[in-house]
Amino acid sequence: MKWKEESQRKQYGRALVELGKERGDIVVLDADLSSSTRTADFAAAFPERFFNCGIAEQNMMDTAAGLAASGKTVFVSTFAVFGTGRCYDQIRQSIAYPNLNVKIVVSHAGITVGGDGASHQIVEDIALMRVLPNMTVIVPADAVETYKVVKHVAKSKGPVYVRIGRSDVPTISDQASEFEPAKAPVVREGKDVTLIGCGIMVSKCLEAADELTKHGIDARVVNLHTIKPIDEKTIVKAARETGGVVTAEEHSVMMGMGSAVAMVLVENFHVPMKRVGIPDVFGESGACDELMNKYGLTVDNIVEAAHDVLKRKK
Amino acid sequence: MEVYDGEFITELETIAKRIRRHSVKMIYEAGSGHPGGSLSAADILAALYFHIMRHDPKRPDWPDRDRFVMSKGHAAPALYSVLAEAGYFPLDELSSLRKLGSRLQGHPCMHKTPGVEMSTGSLGHGLAAGNGMALAAKLDRKLYRIYVLCGDGEMDVGETWEAAMLAAHYKLDNVTAYVDRNKLQLDGPTETIMSLEPLSDKWKAFGWHVIEINGHNMKEIIHATNEARGVKGKPTVIIAHTIKGKGVSYMEGALHFHGKAPNKQEYEIAMKELGGDKQ
Repeated sequence: MKWKEESQRKQYGRALVELGKERGDIVVLDADLSSSTRTADFAAAFPERFFNCGIAEQNMMDTAAGLAASGKTVFVSTFAVFGTGRCYDQIRQSIAYPNLNVKIVVSHAGITVGGDGASHQIVEDIALMRVLPNMTVIVPADAVETYKVVKHVAKSKGPVYVRIGRSDVPTISDQASEFEPAKAPVVREGKDVTLIGCGIMVSKCLEAADELTKHGIDARVVNLHTIKPIDEKTIVKAARETGGVVTAEEHSVMMGMGSAVAMVLVENFHVPMKRVGIPDVFGESGACDELMNKYGLTVDNIVEAAHDVLKRKK
Repeated sequence: MEVYDGEFITELETIAKRIRRHSVKMIYEAGSGHPGGSLSAADILAALYFHIMRHDPKRPDWPDRDRFVMSKGHAAPALYSVLAEAGYFPLDELSSLRKLGSRLQGHPCMHKTPGVEMSTGSLGHGLAAGNGMALAAKLDRKLYRIYVLCGDGEMDVGETWEAAMLAAHYKLDNVTAYVDRNKLQLDGPTETIMSLEPLSDKWKAFGWHVIEINGHNMKEIIHATNEARGVKGKPTVIIAHTIKGKGVSYMEGALHFHGKAPNKQEYEIAMKELGGDKQ
């Protein structure tokens, strides 16, 4: 591993505290997980603007809606599994439909939750959120990007879903570059095939690209941090210029980032494609690496998918 | 209660009757809607918008306004009627209820209809949203108050009680909730579908100041709301005993008028009973 591993949650906490200092309209809610999501950092700095709602996520989402309707910029945090499925109706009816300024930043997404097992490993949250009108969906690649995303969404209008993980992840982004909303950065140029990743899988795509070089294959890597609205231009350009696409995500392949990319390609420019992701199954307890291996989220899985795509290229 | 002069109360009662008339007419013209729960809530709405709340129909976004959240969103016809009566939009527009392109959606939409503070319709959300507004008022040191109207069917919803806990925990004395206790929900009497009693004790146990009134008595509505304003350190719930379908003989206590429009003959009878033929 050539990158430093850092916590996305820690950077979320840091960004929130900075926002709290900069702006009086920032309010934060959590559902009894503030020490895990790191909203506790904000709570310690601005206790009067932090409201713990207890283990009551539905109530938390509607309370956030009321605060947002009264002019506040509200960050709501819990684990991804509790911040989506458990309160989907509240997000739909009271946040997405009225297009309110609520930023749902959830941690512990995907199978890298590890030992807690399938009950806590949500692999379908991107699907649930991206289908909601008005909702923006962002999956930061690492800790640095998480910080930038949080600072950015505080300025944007309307509901946003930001998905981060539990584990430390390799830092592949640089501090200096600006976060550009809905613009997917090409993090490595290449002409033979395109690897599109989001979240923790962007670094895996970069490692896979290195591996492919050994086989004389020049792979492009795209960090598709914003799944909605999706950067069609970058995706179509990559497909046109490289002739094949592999997507990689720590999410079910059913309706996640890969299927969003597939929809763009099928309507715009047909190329061979393969989706790397969690198959249509629930996870289980285990160490992160073991789970990544078992559920098909390794560098080798991406390399193999790239070879498959290259074989199908005309 | 003797302080209210008769003329003033009569005026509010007349407005409530107009809300009832508009509601039935709108639902009849739309061919669908929820008359029962609109009629049971009419008196509370008249009292709120024509006596209790500080608001300005010309400035629906006035930051210091009191807020009203219609948690039982299916009573939208009654809400639209009182908003139109107050001057938020023309009375003529009421006929557009549930029609394509209308600002008056089947359930309230805050971005379409002037004066609607929160989009509702899925039950059990309104009290929590009202709490959010109340927290914002406290943070901003504003004196505006939040009024939330819940249906008694919403007492089935777990989130109602989550919100009840939160309001008490954060001492939201700027929240006043009304429970439109008309004792009927879609499938039948509340006590048959899901027992609510002792409802008052439940709210007390959750840390609320509880007042029980006749929800069709204008003096009692105003008196209880004034009492709520004086309660410090805890929220107040006013359990308003009402009659579903109040004001239209064949709708009163009639389960099937929870969510059904009257036919032509029924409509004409309703208008006669509500004094609509005199206009």
